[in-house]
Amino acid sequence: MERTRLRRQVALTRQSLFDQGFLDEQFIQLEDLQDDANPNFVEEVVTLYYRDSARLITNIEKALEKNSLDFNKLDGFMHQFKGSSSSIGAKKVKAECTLFREYCRAGNGEGCTRTFQQIKKEYATLKRKLEAYFQVVRQAGPAETACWPK
Amino acid sequence: MANTSSFSSSPSTKFSFDEKPHVLAVDDNLIDRKVIERLFINSTCKVTTAENGKRALEYLGLADGQHPNHNDLKVNLIITDYSMPGMTGYELLKRIKESPTMKEIPVVVVSSENIPTRINQCMQGGAQEFLLKPLQLSDATKLRCHIKKPLQGGFAGEDDHA
Repeated sequence: MERTRLRRQVALTRQSLFDQGFLDEQFIQLEDLQDDANPNFVEEVVTLYYRDSARLITNIEKALEKNSLDFNKLDGFMHQFKGSSSSIGAKKVKAECTLFREYCRAGNGEGCTRTFQQIKKEYATLKRKLEAYFQVVRQAGPAETACWPK
Repeated sequence: MANTSSFSSSPSTKFSFDEKPHVLAVDDNLIDRKVIERLFINSTCKVTTAENGKRALEYLGLADGQHPNHNDLKVNLIITDYSMPGMTGYELLKRIKESPTMKEIPVVVVSSENIPTRINQCMQGGAQEFLLKPLQLSDATKLRCHIKKPLQGGFAGEDDHA
């Protein structure tokens, strides 16, 4: 049946996100908060994350363009961005954020710039993958949520 | 601004003769506010969120120049992020503990950073507990036991639909 095939696709797509290290246990915490009363909670949070963090990305970008880097400011932005990324279980993004903060504390501008490129890459990749995942979830049927029997 | 959301569609009959505990969640991070809100609503609490210490104090009637009106306000637990612009969670904690009327409300401080001096500072300052972010469902369940029953009088059988 088509529905069975789609459900299996949801499960496989979801599992690969964890296996490939894109998501961590915090994503499962979000899934656990989803229920019949709030069947799209995970997607809502992820959507909010991408919308909210876009301005942080812009702020960091602008701050990195300056001739003299304000590492305190950069670290402040990254603290926020890392926090949000951590809250949705964005494992790779979070790891790069940690690295960025280390470069901030060391006053290493080049390291910051390099790491930031990596952050943007991981951020964009995760967005693509999650969009594809939620699309399959939706296709599998409105009764399907991202929760699976524990 | 403070945003109040009441889980008024809860089918739980356990709370029909009791008010749902009211949690005030303070965090400058939008994502974390959303997640904490859901964590506590799913633990059958009513949740109000505030984006910083100043707004939290305003909500509690403790802001400078405010005259506290406690007839209607019932908050059973305050959970606050430590790192916030303007006023840290520690400073907020101190203000609450200095208030003769609000000091009994348990305050939990959360932080994404595990810094022992910070933890000590908050515990010395009267925090009920200090937890690391991101919070999990098990944390919310655990915190439920810190929630005190509303101290104010009032008919216990009334349901709160804010």
